[in-house]
Amino acid sequence: MNGTVTTRSTVRALLRKELLVELRTLESVPGMSLFAVTTFVVFHFALNRSSVEGDLAAGILWVTLLFAAILGINRLFVADADQGGFDGFLLAPVERSAMLIAKALTLLAYLAALELVAVPAFALLLLGPSLGGVLGELVLILLLADLGVAVIGTLVAALAVQTRARDLLGPLLALPLLVPIVIGAARATSPLLAFSHPGGAPGRWLATLGLYDLLFGLIAYALFDFLLED
Amino acid sequence: MQSPGRPAGSPQNERLSTGRPQRYGGGLRALSIATVLAIALALALVFFYAPLEAEQGFLQKIFYLHVPMAIVALCGFVIGGLLAIQHLRTRDARWDMRSYVAIHMSLIFAVGTLVTGSIWAKGSWGHWWVWNEPTLVSFLIVFLLYATYQPLRFAIEDPERQSRYASVFAVTAGAFVPMNFIAVRLSTAYLHPRVLGGTANLPGEMALTFLVSLFAMALLYATLCKYELTAKHTRAQVRALRRRLSGESDAAGRARSAAPTLAPTTVPARTAAGSGA
Repeated sequence: MNGTVTTRSTVRALLRKELLVELRTLESVPGMSLFAVTTFVVFHFALNRSSVEGDLAAGILWVTLLFAAILGINRLFVADADQGGFDGFLLAPVERSAMLIAKALTLLAYLAALELVAVPAFALLLLGPSLGGVLGELVLILLLADLGVAVIGTLVAALAVQTRARDLLGPLLALPLLVPIVIGAARATSPLLAFSHPGGAPGRWLATLGLYDLLFGLIAYALFDFLLED
Repeated sequence: MQSPGRPAGSPQNERLSTGRPQRYGGGLRALSIATVLAIALALALVFFYAPLEAEQGFLQKIFYLHVPMAIVALCGFVIGGLLAIQHLRTRDARWDMRSYVAIHMSLIFAVGTLVTGSIWAKGSWGHWWVWNEPTLVSFLIVFLLYATYQPLRFAIEDPERQSRYASVFAVTAGAFVPMNFIAVRLSTAYLHPRVLGGTANLPGEMALTFLVSLFAMALLYATLCKYELTAKHTRAQVRALRRRLSGESDAAGRARSAAPTLAPTTVPARTAAGSGA
């Protein structure tokens, strides 16, 4: 850092660039949302059920969100790798981890936009019980899980984008790392989506999710710089 | 940009370029003999000393193979991550080689663990795979993650970047191992045979047999790692010598590979090849 450019302003500039690019090209978010809605339709026919609840509902929701997120993860760094975005960033006298933070925030924004479409669509198309009373808890779970997906997704996307088989390696690397998030999120969500839900989301799953987010945030922060030096 | 991966004056290059004979695999014979003796002792204890378990009978003997193998594989994964940290700090390609060998060997041990675990599950619970058994499930997730290690390496052509990215992966995955075990364990009712909880609740003979088996398995792991390292070093050296004999430049003959290759080269050729990145 040169004293003139703080990490915060770098992150802000990068985030602005990312969101602007996405707004102008609409490459990721519409595709992710459409994919999620289509997947719900596929689940309806594959399971041959018109409404789901409880464990099954939580599982369908999280598998769909996860696979839609993978689409975004796969595209996250493609423009930077193919069109010289990395070179431009590396030439600038700014802190490297700013890119991790900006990209993770970008992915977080993508996921939030995805869920704004996918969760209502899920409630409309497949979910039996109403989401009315549990919306606050559901948003909290979504937020905690999204944080983890964003951090892990950014790290994995940066790892995979420089390889020849990037579309294949990204999901292969990401899915095992995301399993603990699926465990926590699906277990926390399933009582909320049941007809007679016995109480709030279990606190220990929220704690597990939060702890996992924190640990992976630290790991990604420590390692990301090594992916950016060519 | 000059890649920082191989400092020109690293001991590896110095030794190779001066052409002094190198000896690899010192102590390999002693280590091999110790391993054979330890495994023989462990097997003897398993079959002739340890008592038959009351419920499972003879089947329980697989415990002395399965559990040490799992422990050694997991420790190997974590060690691979620690060696990768060392590689990222020093940028010495030899640490990458050690990390690669540790993970490669652990993968082989992990396959063995999954197979023996399945056999044990079939024998004692009647199913080849049991989902409410957190240790087995976590192990499978870890295995699936590490199964991408070699495809990842293979998909990156520049050797310096390959080793750097592989190290980032190895550190991430090494940290993931304990976290994943905690998360999966939280998610299931505790059903695993209590023998895993520690040696404190085992009868004395079983505990002794288990510890000797664990020691033998760790020795086997170390020996196999050392063999692989020795083979890789020797192959790199032979290749370098052969190239020098035929007068080729080094960069020409390097086949793409998932395994790290140490720089068996004269310094100018490598710098020319490495600066294209």
